Order: sequence, then structure tokens, then C-alpha cells
Amino acid sequence: MEKQMITIDGTEAAAYVAYNASEIIAIYPITPSSGMGELSDAWAATGEKNIWGTVPKVVEMQSEGGAAGAVHGALQSGSLTTTFTASQGLLLMIPNMFKIAGELTPTVFHVSARSIAAQALSIFGDHSDVMSTRQTGWGLLASGSVQEIMDFAAIAHSATLQTRIPFIHFFDGFRSSHEVNKIYQLTKEEIKSLIDDDLVNAHRERALSPDHPVLRGTAQNPDVYFQGRETVNKFYDVCPGIVQDTMDKFAKLTGRQYNLFDYYGAPDAKRVVIIMGSGAEAAEETVQYLSERNEEKIGLLKVRLYRPWSNEHLLAALPKTVERIAVLDRTKEPGAGGEPLYLDVVTSVAEAMTSDNPPFAKFPKIIGGRYGLSSKEFTPSMIKSVYDNLKAEKPKNHFTVGIHDDVTNTSLEFDPNFIIEGDDVVRAMFYGLGADGTVGANKNSIKIIGEETDNYAQGYFVYDSKKSGSTTVSHLRFGKKPIKSTYLIQSAKFIGCHQFNLLEKFNVLENVAKGGTFLLNSPYSKDETWDHLPNKVQDDIIQKELNFYVIDAYTVAHETGMGGRINTIMQTCFFAISGVLPKDEAIEQIKKAIKKTYGMKGEEIVKQNFKAVDQTIENLFKIDVPEKSTSTIELPPIVSDKAPDYVKNVLGTIMAGKGDDVRVSQMPIDGTFPTATTQWEKRNIALEVPAWDVDVCIQCGKCAMVCPHGTIRIKAYDKKLTENAPAAFKHTNAIGKEYDGLAYTIQVAVEDCTGCELCVEVCPAKNKQETRLKAIYMVSQLPIREQERENWDYFLTIPEFDRKDVKMNTIKGSQLLQPLFEFSGACSGCGETPYVKLVSQLFGDRTVVANATGCSSIYGGNLPTTPWSVDQNGRGPAWSNSLFEDNAEFGFGMRLAIDKHLEYAKELLARLNGKINAELVNAILTAEQANEADIYEQRQRVDELKKQLANLKEDEAKNLLPLADYLVKKSVWIIGGDGWAYDIGYGGLDHVIASGKNVNILVLDTEVYSNTGGQCSKATGLAAVAKFAAGGKPTPKKDLAMMAMNYGSVYVAQIAMGSNDTQTLRALLEAEAYEGPSLIIAYSHCIAHGINMAKGMESQKGAVDSGYWPLFRYNPDNTKEGKNPLKLDSKPPKIKFRDYAYTETRYKMLTKSNPEEAKILMDKAQVEVLRKWKFYEQLANLEYSSNGKEK
Amino acid sequence: MDLSTTYMGLTLKNPVVPSASPLSHSLDNVRALEDAGAAAIVVHSLFEEQITHESGELDHYLSYGTESYAEATTYFPEPNAFNVGPYEYLDLIADMKKAVKIPIIGSLNGVSTGGWVNYAKNIQEAGADALELNVYYIPTNTNLKSEEIEKMYIETLKAVKANVSIPVAIKLSPFFTSMANMAHKLDAAGADALVMFNRFYQPDFDLDKLEVIPNLVLSTNWEMRLPLRWTAILYGQIKASLAVTSGVQNYQDVLKVMMAGGSVAMMCSELLMNGTLRITEVLDNLKKWMEEKEYSSIKMMQGSMSQKSVNEPAAFERANYMKTLQSYKTLA
Repeated sequence: MEKQMITIDGTEAAAYVAYNASEIIAIYPITPSSGMGELSDAWAATGEKNIWGTVPKVVEMQSEGGAAGAVHGALQSGSLTTTFTASQGLLLMIPNMFKIAGELTPTVFHVSARSIAAQALSIFGDHSDVMSTRQTGWGLLASGSVQEIMDFAAIAHSATLQTRIPFIHFFDGFRSSHEVNKIYQLTKEEIKSLIDDDLVNAHRERALSPDHPVLRGTAQNPDVYFQGRETVNKFYDVCPGIVQDTMDKFAKLTGRQYNLFDYYGAPDAKRVVIIMGSGAEAAEETVQYLSERNEEKIGLLKVRLYRPWSNEHLLAALPKTVERIAVLDRTKEPGAGGEPLYLDVVTSVAEAMTSDNPPFAKFPKIIGGRYGLSSKEFTPSMIKSVYDNLKAEKPKNHFTVGIHDDVTNTSLEFDPNFIIEGDDVVRAMFYGLGADGTVGANKNSIKIIGEETDNYAQGYFVYDSKKSGSTTVSHLRFGKKPIKSTYLIQSAKFIGCHQFNLLEKFNVLENVAKGGTFLLNSPYSKDETWDHLPNKVQDDIIQKELNFYVIDAYTVAHETGMGGRINTIMQTCFFAISGVLPKDEAIEQIKKAIKKTYGMKGEEIVKQNFKAVDQTIENLFKIDVPEKSTSTIELPPIVSDKAPDYVKNVLGTIMAGKGDDVRVSQMPIDGTFPTATTQWEKRNIALEVPAWDVDVCIQCGKCAMVCPHGTIRIKAYDKKLTENAPAAFKHTNAIGKEYDGLAYTIQVAVEDCTGCELCVEVCPAKNKQETRLKAIYMVSQLPIREQERENWDYFLTIPEFDRKDVKMNTIKGSQLLQPLFEFSGACSGCGETPYVKLVSQLFGDRTVVANATGCSSIYGGNLPTTPWSVDQNGRGPAWSNSLFEDNAEFGFGMRLAIDKHLEYAKELLARLNGKINAELVNAILTAEQANEADIYEQRQRVDELKKQLANLKEDEAKNLLPLADYLVKKSVWIIGGDGWAYDIGYGGLDHVIASGKNVNILVLDTEVYSNTGGQCSKATGLAAVAKFAAGGKPTPKKDLAMMAMNYGSVYVAQIAMGSNDTQTLRALLEAEAYEGPSLIIAYSHCIAHGINMAKGMESQKGAVDSGYWPLFRYNPDNTKEGKNPLKLDSKPPKIKFRDYAYTETRYKMLTKSNPEEAKILMDKAQVEVLRKWKFYEQLANLEYSSNGKEK
Repeated sequence: MDLSTTYMGLTLKNPVVPSASPLSHSLDNVRALEDAGAAAIVVHSLFEEQITHESGELDHYLSYGTESYAEATTYFPEPNAFNVGPYEYLDLIADMKKAVKIPIIGSLNGVSTGGWVNYAKNIQEAGADALELNVYYIPTNTNLKSEEIEKMYIETLKAVKANVSIPVAIKLSPFFTSMANMAHKLDAAGADALVMFNRFYQPDFDLDKLEVIPNLVLSTNWEMRLPLRWTAILYGQIKASLAVTSGVQNYQDVLKVMMAGGSVAMMCSELLMNGTLRITEVLDNLKKWMEEKEYSSIKMMQGSMSQKSVNEPAAFERANYMKTLQSYKTLA
């Protein structure tokens, strides 16, 4: 039978085998492994069967710890069980992994290996996570390519049953998991032939069953535990041999031979590099290149089976001639004698060389080094430098490669111009925006090339760190031989730039080869485009002798009904120019792909795309390139000159896409960064921005309140300040008694705005002459950019309104407070950030934030720039992210410390009685600090105290000085999403609210794991579709608020800004004022809901109006006055749940994919909404007073 | 007593037919309408635009925000298949055919020639006994000439007729310069019935929000006068059956429609307001009246008050207008 070749990514390759070879799959989302769970869930939802003809049960758990527990239980009960994870998720599985291995239980975990959060989190790939499991007794099998992922997954599932040793099958996160490559697909029969049903039955026979009961999990004592631990040795002894046998059997089956250690290079090599994972692919390519050109003998040893480690196989695989060995680890163990693979090799060689039968004539010199942490590029040039280092008289040991370590000088030099990419591979790079579909089109192209030609093909996609206006770079390679280049393209024959303005942001022609092709999507005509190019781009085109093509893709898209989608058009251009396929065939294949992609979504969309394809060629033009550049357009500076040095020199380098050039000395030693840096990253991503109509505005403040990015600001100020304002600076008289005589301005930071339009949607003031316009309306950004930059700069010079005089409990008042959370990289129109920003306005100058991992930690703390900001006094929120699961405890710890600091400060103050002004001491100790004026006064007192302390010599004074600021009230905010609060962090959250401590917990409830791409959480509503709930969630949303209210001592509020902004404001103020734990659950519309984000606030209103999301505040303090603590702030349901739900794709799509089920679930959901409402209504009407009158 | 009537070739047990409305959304309602005595049912309209919009919307939101950020390259699971298109509607027609014995008339509102034809075929295949083309079109383009609009009606009808074998009615707007000529042309193009008239829901203004708001006002009895007049005028001049819709509320209205020359009187607002059992009352009263007035069949009265049958044909023309104005003045 002819082998089938498919073009897929590593995630699908692993999931395909795991799904086929399992009965139970327990999952939990974590990047970059989530895709494996998503595919499994989707396959199960459509009834896809495994190799035994049954549909595996796929179950989402509340954490990786939970998934591991469920796996353990299922294994103990005889099921073939698997899971997928990475990074900290794998660490959470370790406790169970010891048990599973200790009980000799066969299973395979597929791990897309990822960095561990240390000085910072990183979602990218290295071996830090799997290396943390070395001690568990699991087999560790490393794949380095997409083909190996499919093959080793099958080998692992086979070997685990034969050896009874559980396996981690791992591959590099993103580099391998997200690389698309053309591979041979294993057939179900092939997988089945690798798995012995007798062993499956033996596994089942070991299951816990009351029909043949046994007991496992005993407690053993000093007398026997040790012996018990040694019983498994023989299983580990034979394991490598069994894995090799399985690899041999696999080779017979497929023709692909693998070994525990695979050697490449000269049989008589003197210098050998040992490595595992995707880096070995690039290393193989490099060794081949060098060997063909050098006479020197070098070799490469790829480690496949890392545990159980086989000395015997390692030594047998190394050439007898080896004199020098470099072992490369993709992990770091600070303080260790060396990284783990290095130490293993050293031990093996040392044991062998000191044995009776040493394998090598001379003890080889062995050095170790680190590379590729967090998917750091690992290129042929770096690999060459490792071989060069080995050649040196005194090779550097414990080196690093790929970075510039100017602190401890560990790094090897490498030549960036050493590029080995030859003419046998076509390489194309595409610069685009996330929103323009470039990546999707390229994934399509790779499939077409992979599956419709005899070419091998590879695709890899790089995204940036922002969720709005993000840029993408696609790297496509194809050629007649399998592609092993596991690094980004260094020399491209084709560059596509799908957005004209990216020419100003990136050096898009940096990697283009001489004589290559440049395709540009230009808003200008073929005759005008050249003159609009920046000078640098013109120069590059001329000097590199590029073939230059342009198309006005947006016009073609517009004319063919594609709206803003240019993906199909640019894809057609690529095929038309590149000649990968004959033009007609290419068009036919593109159309086939269109039908496949869009067919199920409707004929009309297919037709539109066809039309776009047909009209592309006639609008694609080759430009005659002049001999000289004529442009005077210079690239703008990345960062303003006014920025602090650190921002200019380090963060600016990252912003420019040159982060690889940042030296070790430029990075903070402990992960500490300055705040308030987003203000220096002017992204200019909005095509349209809001403008303010002074005459129509009623000064309600709603626009500023909902602005997710803090780009609409309001100030009321001395009219004199308008005298020197720029001519275009808008102002009017402030409305309202308390602002009498003041000027009023609403200013938009147009360079930071994302153009989401939420402000326009909520603006209640309509222009009476032209009702389509409101007091806030959208205008084109480009024509006003310069003018508004000047206005914004001027606006910043106007003093903030005095916090003491602000009426905080009104929207209008609250919006005069400076946001200390600004210009985040959240999605345009984000539903979370308006709440976060409001907290920063109300309490930011005295707040510490504990932030759970998730969207809010990413837009809150992802480099290069971060949005948490400072006021004119340099005060602002101090922010940190610990983990996903521990955020409540993390914030709780902050509270404990702050309280202890305060307590000790008071004690010291008391001890200094007599040395410090008694009146001052008394005032400080008795200050109520109930409002901003009180806090201001306390700050004044503390300033005075510090002055007095500075003059004292007593130890108490020295010790009090650094603690004195704690005498001013501090607010602890624990912020995170529903994945944290409802699922993985619920245990901790529950404990913290039960503690009675004064913390404020803000749950940004998007009802899915938004950051990892919309997986179901326990906050997901009944009937909603989410990943891991592809068939619609069959159970109701967990009522977290009710659970917290049960304590009777927790302030609880449920809020939705889009329904009632005043209630939102009140709830936040009350929660912060409450002297105990507070829990606020905030409805946060989200891109994962499938809605028009500009209408996000309307979604919130719909949720409340339908009764699905009742607004309420539960204040335990009310009971002291004989009042019911629960106050419902929203009215009984006035629309049906479906009338709200079906405005959102997450609900609506089920009516299209499974109408019958959708109806059943929707009916259930309606009943549940009414039941819950009724329950709350009754609770709110309960009698609490002693006289029976108060409610 | 014979209440039967022939409507575009279909023999109906009586002339009362519920017109396209939300009443046909559920099978239970459809059964209730049959039980109440409805002679046939016009199913609510299948809107091509809505189908296109829904699939566009689905595609947009399923792909919105994807491939932008490394951790979330997509936001939704992708099922194997979506039921976009008219499936739900067609299934409903098929289910109705199983659930009731009376004829089921599908209703279609297309926007493209391909849409009209394909969906018409789909509706026929689903088992509909006849099809009503619901041409709801508001020509707002100032460059669009009236003959082009008329042509669009005719071409649409012809295209559909060429592709289906079931009878095809066309539901018209009253806003043709030459209604009689238009009716004649449609008749010549093969219309099996003219349904008069489509009601154009006129939007309203919300003065607080300064917004244009959709405003569904149920029809009132006087709205029947316009289709009644045109039925009376057209009766006998064209082959196509005539149906009156808008404002039919009671048995007297049904009688008037029949006497004007209509084949059926379509009811909607009255049923939405007062329930499906109104059909039973209307039919009972109709029979009682016919007994009292000694009519043995509906056919006996059909067209009896049409323009060609009354002794004052000018009552339907300009002379009548003059008279009405004068009478108004007198009353004032």
C-alpha cells in the first residue's frame, strides 16, 4: 500500500497517535500543548474512533494536577489513558507521576516541552520542564521533528505496555509542536500492529476490581520501603532494549529506522556533539554541510531515549575515534555541576573509561553548554561555533550559545553571516497582521504545496506579544528533500509584505536574497507606489536587484465582497509569482483549498473567495525598478528621545524586533522591571480613532470609563492653562457645581488607541443636527496624527485633578482620576481591561496587585512594554504574577506581609514615643484613612515622620524608616480570570476568602480560558460551545458568588459595566472599603465569545437583561443594621435567554453544528436562568431585621 | 354547503389561509391551524439574505482574532460540518407535510437570481405544494428606473417558473405605477397567483434615543380596502388566482374578498392577536351568513362584486375618488 503523506503540525501528529491508542484522555489547557487536547475533544465530539473501534472519552479537569489524578485513577482501573501538557502543568503532575511509575503503570504523556517560569514566564520551548521529571522514574523519549513526533508517539505507546514503565514523549514547544511539515502518516493498522492486545489485556487484568480485589498505595515503614523501591530495577534494566526492539519493529513496518542514540557524520569523527530535540535537526543539516566542505571529521549524536539512560547504547553509538565531545542541553540548572544531559554523558564515559574495558583509546574531553532556552534561535552558525569551540586548544566549558553573555562570559561567538541555506529549497517569508489572515493563508499554501506537489514543505509562524494589532511573520520552505531546518529563514527568495505600514516598523527586506522577489500590498497604484516607499526600502530593492511586484489587495478585496480579508488575494499572488505550480493548476488548487476551508460555512463565502482569486492576477503588477532611490521618507524612530535610557536602549531594541541582540548585562538580574513603559511604544495601529465633539458632549465620563486601553482621558483644570494650548486643542467649560469655573477636556491618545469603538457605542449624547454622530465619533487617524500627538503631549502637562476633591462614587468623578493602567496590548475592545483600569484609577496609588497567569498577566506583564503606570508622585500599582493556580494565596501572602509591616511599624513608633512628636505619633496611629483626604493627610504625616526619623540614631528609627510608608493604607488586589478562580485556583481562593483577611479579589469572568484560546471552564454557560466542550456545555455555570456568600463574611458583588456602570463603581468602592475579603465577579465580554467587540457592552447588557447575569452586591456589614446583606441591582429578566445568547457565536454555532442538541441545551439554559433568578430574588427578600420591618 | 375554492390549481376546502407569519415556526402551531380549519398554510419566508448573512457572520466570528497570538491561534472548536443554508427551513416544510393534510405553501424571499431559483427548487423538493415568491424590495437607488424594477419581478418569476413544477404565486408591492399592467405582465409570465399586497413595515423614530427603530404594527381592517379594490379590478382580466392579504379579520372580510374575485383570503394579524381558533369562528360565521343569505357555495359569490360584475364600475376608478372627497366635505 502506498504510504500516505500529509502536511500537519506536530500537535496534530502527537494527538493523532495518542487519540488512536487511548481510551481515556484527561486534559487541561496549557500552551503549547492545548492543541492536542482540543483536537482530541473535537474528534471525540464527532465520533471519531480509536484503533479498537471505540470513541475515547475526553474529559477536561480543573488543573494539570487534576488531570494527572484522573489519569492515575483511570490507569489503576485498567484503561489506556493519556494526557497532554507542558511547563508548569507538567510540574503539577509530578506527584502523581511518582505514583504511576512506582506502581509500574503503562501510560504516555505527550509533552510539548516549554520553559519553566522562573525570573519570568515564557510560553516557548526548551527542556526545563521535562528535565524536572527525571527523578520520577518515567521513560523520556525525545522527538526532534514532526515526523518523529508521529513515529515516537507510536513507539512510546507500544513500549510502555511492553515495559510497564510510563513514558513522557516530548518535543520542543512551538518549534516542533507548531511547525507544519509534510510527513508520512501512520495508518491505524500500523499503530495497532505496534500495540499488543495481550499486553492491553494484561494491563486491564491488573485493574482494581471488586471481582478480584487487591490493594495498592500502602504506607510502608523503614523496614521495607527501601527494598520495595528497589523491586523495579529489572524493569528499567530491560527497558532500553525493549524500546530499541520496538524501534526495529517500527522500521520493518514503515521503513524508518530509529535508534536509542542515532549517530550522523564521519565514522571516524574526532569531534562529536550530543544533543536531543529539534536542535538535532539543524545540527544534522549543519554537520552534513560542514562535512561536505571540510576535511575534518565531525559527528553528531542524537539522543532519542533519554530515560532510562543506557550507557551501553550511548557508548556503542559513539565513534571509537572520538576525542572531544560537546553536550548541548536546552535547559538550565543554576548551581549544578553541569546540565543534566552533560552530566549523564560524563558519568557514562567516566564509568566506561574507568572500567576494565575502556571503549576509547584516550579519555575524551567532554564539555557542556546551553542553547535555545525559550525557543531562542539555534542556527547552523551557532552549531558551527560549538564545533569550533571543540577544536580550540582550551574549549570553553559550561558555555552558552545563541546569546551575548557579557556578565560571566559564557557565550560562544558565532558568525551571523554563516548561512547554509542552499538553492535546493525555496524559502519565502510573509509579513502580515494577525487580522489580515496571512498566517491562515500560508498554512493553506503549505498544505497545497505539501499535498498537491512532490515537494516537501515546512511552515513556521511567529507572532508578536500583543493581542491587538499584532504582526505575524510566516516562514515557508519547500523542496525535493525532507526539510530539517529547525530555525527561522535567514535567506529568503521571496518576501511578501501584506501591510504597507509594516515597511516603517520592520526591516522586511533584511533577509531577502539577492535577485529575490518582493511582493507588496500597497494602497497606492502601481505608478505611485515606488514614490511612497521609504528610502531604505528603495535602496534594498535596487541593491539586491529584487523583482518587485505590487497589488492593491484591499481594493480587490473590497470589490469582490471580501471586506478587509486579503488572505486569498495575497496567496494567489504568491502562487502566481513564485511558479511553485503552473498558474492554472495553482489557481485550481487554491480554489480547492477555499472550498475545503469555507465550504461548510456557506456557498456565498466560497464564491466571494473565488471571485477574489479570479480578479487578483489582473491587479498584480511588476514594477520597473529605477536605478537610483529617490525617496526622502526616512524610517521613524522606534522610541521617542524623551524616553528613559532603559526604555530606549533595552525595551526599544526589543520593540524593534532585535531582542536577540540584548546582552545579559542589560537584563535585570531578578526579573524586576520599571512600570509605566507602554507610553513609549506608540503603536499607531488604529485606522480610525475617536474624536470629541465639544458642543454635543454632556461630560458624563462614560467614554473614558469603558476605554479598554486608557486612551480617552478627561481633565477638569484651571482655564488659564488653555491660553498656551496648541491651536487644535479642544476644551470647554466644565459642567457641574463642583467644577464651576474650570476648563474641561476629553483628549484621545490617538497613537495608542486600538480603534475598538466601545467609547462611541456607550456615548449617550447624540448630535442634534446629524443623529448618526455622537459626542464621540470615529475619524481617520492618519490625517490628525501629528496634531493629536501635540495635543496629547500638551494634555499631559495639565495637572491631574486633585484626588481629594474627586467625587469618586460618580462616573463623572471617577473618570477624572488618572488611569494607572494604560495602553495595554489586550485585544481591541477587551472586556476585562476597563475593570482593571478602573481599579487602578480608584486605588492605584496604594495598590499591590497579585495577578493570576492568563490574559491579564500577559497584557499586564508581557515584554517589551508594560501598562501598569505611575502618577505624578511616582506612585502606582506594584504588580506581580506568581503562577496560575496560586494567585489567591500569592495575594494573601502580600496582605500578610503588609499587615505585619504595619504592625511592626506601629510597634516601633510606640517604642520611639518621646523621640518623635507625640501629637504626630498619635495622629498617625489613630488616622481613619477612610477617604482620599484622610489618606492625603496621613501621607503628609508619614513624610514628616520620615524627616524626624532621619535625624534619630536609634535602631528603631532605622528599622522604621523603610516601613513608614506602610502606615498609609494599602490595598491588595488579587486579579485573574475564571480559569483561575473557578477551576485551578478555586481551592486557594476558597481558603483565602475564608481567612477573613482584607483582600480584594477581582474575577475577570470571560467564561472561558481566553488566553489559551477559549477552552471551557466551570464558568462557561450551559449551552455555550467552547474548546473542550465542542458539543455545547451540558451543565450550568458554577455559581461562585453563591459559594462565597455562604460564608456570610465575604463581600460579594456581581457586576457588568455595560449594564450598569454605577453599580460597578459602587461595588468596587464598597469591596475595597470592606474590612475583610471581597470577591467581585465581573462579566467580561471577550473575543472568544465570537461577538462584534465594539458591541461588547451591549452583550453585557443582554446578559443582565435576560437574567443570566444578575447584578448584586452582598455586603455582610448590612446585617449589623438589620438589613439583608444581599441587594439585587438588576431587574427581573425582561428578554429571553436565547435573545441574548444567540447574538454570540459561542451559543449560535451549536444551532448550526447540532441544531437538535442546541435546542435541548437552550431550553435547559432558560430554565436554569429563571431558577437562579428566582433563588436570588427570594434570598434578597429574606427578613434580617429584629423588628421584622427591614429588608 | 360548499366552501371549497380553487387557488392556483389547488383545491382548498375553504378560502381561509393563514399567510406567511411566525405562526408557522412550530409544528404544533401548524397542527393547531389545521385543526382550526385553515385550508392551507403559507409558511414564513425563507430569506436568502439571512442565510448569506448568517454564513458570513459565522465565518467572520469563527476566524476573528485567530492567528494573531501564539497562545490562542483560534478561539473555537471547528466542527466537521455546519448546517448553514436553508436546511432548517426545508426540514420544517418536510415535517409539516408529514404532520398535516392541508396544502403547504412555501414562501421565499431571494436577493440573487441563483438564490431564487435554487431555493425554489429546494422548497419544491422538500415537498411544498406550492410556492409564494415574497418580493420585498424597496428601490432606494435614485438611478433605478421603474421599468427595471418591473423587469426584475418578471425575470425572477420566469426563472423560478422555469425550474419548478409546483404552482408559483407572487406577492406584490402595491407601489406600481401601472398595477393592472404589472398584473397582466406577471400573468403572462406564468404567475399562478397574485398575492396582494406585501406590507412594508415602516420604521419609526425613538425620540429619546434619536434612533430609527423597526416597528411592527399589525394590520388593521381598513388596510384590506386596497387589495380588495385591485382584486375587484383584476378579476376576470387575468388567469392567475387572486389572494388578498392585509387586514382580513372576520367573516365579512372573507366574503368581501370572495365577492371581489379572490380565491383565498389570507389571515395573519388577527390570528396573532386573537389566536388560531379565530379561523373556526370566521368559518362558522361564514357558513351561518351563507345559510341566511342562501348561498350554496363560495364559487357562487366569487367575483360577484368585481368591477366587471357591479353595476357601477366607476366605483373602483377616479370617479369614486371624487365622490369620496365630496362626501368627506359634506360630513365636515
